[in-house]
Amino acid sequence: MTALTDFINYIIAFIPQVLQALVITLQVFGGTLILSLPLGIVVAMCRLSKFKPLSALMNSYILIMRGTPLLLQIIFFYFGFGAIKIPIPRMPAVLLAFVLNYAAYFAEIFRAGISSIDKGQYEGAEVLGLSSKDTFFRIILPQAFKRVLPPVGNEIITLVKDTALVNIVGFNDLMKLGKGACNRDASLVPLIVIGVVYLVIVCVLTAIMNRVEKNYNYYQ
Amino acid sequence: MLKIRNLYKSFGKVEVLKGVDLDVVEGEILVIVGPSGGGKTTLLRSINCLERCEAGSIVINGKELFKDGHYASKKELTAIRKDIGLVFQGFNLFPHRTVLENIIEAPTRVLGKTKKEATESALEILGFLGLTDKANNYPFELSGGQKQRAAIGRALAMDPKLMCFDEPTSALDPSLTDDVANVIKSLSTQGMAMLIITHDMDFAKKVADRIVSMNNGIILEQHIYEVAEND
Repeated sequence: MTALTDFINYIIAFIPQVLQALVITLQVFGGTLILSLPLGIVVAMCRLSKFKPLSALMNSYILIMRGTPLLLQIIFFYFGFGAIKIPIPRMPAVLLAFVLNYAAYFAEIFRAGISSIDKGQYEGAEVLGLSSKDTFFRIILPQAFKRVLPPVGNEIITLVKDTALVNIVGFNDLMKLGKGACNRDASLVPLIVIGVVYLVIVCVLTAIMNRVEKNYNYYQ
Repeated sequence: MLKIRNLYKSFGKVEVLKGVDLDVVEGEILVIVGPSGGGKTTLLRSINCLERCEAGSIVINGKELFKDGHYASKKELTAIRKDIGLVFQGFNLFPHRTVLENIIEAPTRVLGKTKKEATESALEILGFLGLTDKANNYPFELSGGQKQRAAIGRALAMDPKLMCFDEPTSALDPSLTDDVANVIKSLSTQGMAMLIITHDMDFAKKVADRIVSMNNGIILEQHIYEVAEND
């Protein structure tokens, strides 16, 4: 009986620290998501541009961001600004790495979605005299959104777990807390607790994504 | 209304249009028949600027769209193209928009009509097409014939002087072809010129003022049909 009360007391004592660490994790997650989605659309548009140098530039950007480890990018940006004597607080520096990395993945997803829209939709808009701007933003992009929801959902879930990488540069996020407590108390319980927290976040996001997909079911 | 002279178009080394001459006058229903690969669709797409030709001329409503191998400026093209409507074989309705939204999209965005004005005339058009009850449905909820009428309505909303139809009966139940024929005929009595390409000879005879046949990239022969007595 005392073992169980000890266990419960341990978890209760642990929860305030979890909440504190959760704030850091959610900051990285939310900041990355809000900034990388629009940037991803812009990169996809540039990549699809008929202006070759721009398209080639975006291609190289995507290649570099997808071709090197996110962990490397985080460390690079974290120390990089210091090395060139630009005083940027560490959270924006880390966010920059995340945003640039995730925008590259989102860009490829959006590019696929935009390219998957039938040529007839462009022609239908063209013979009606719609401008290319209206065609893209009013006809093509809304349809592309519906198609990219499942892969975007995938990336969003991956992002939740990738935030754990920020512990490497000293952020007190969930992962760092779990690892620290695990070492300090010689117990696996903290890891289980933060594992459950990640799982809950992902469950909530999955439910939200399902709801969004359902909202797009009004047409086929 | 439409005057095409000596029009040439090739895809790579394959010549598809080899000197097409064609006239459509105001209020006329001209049907082009002929085998697949004869250049009918390419001709229709060229008139709508979906394909670019190499030589010849296309004049619509007295305005030169394409002359001696040169296209009008982008601004002029946009203005000239407002006089042409096209109903695609596959309709190309916008699936994320209701029938009404499909119809008012171009009048509001291109002609600068207010939403209220555009909706009023769209509902008038839908009434004419017998599609009023489907105004707020999405394209996937419509039958083939209803989709086609929605597509006709969308083109009509731009008030074109020349309406083009690409294989209008191909997606239809045979029993519905009479309905399309009637819609097309009543539009032509309002002075609109019609250019229709089809494989369906029965339909062609039913609807046409004049039928021409096309093969190997040229217009072969012209027949004149009397307008059916029940019209």
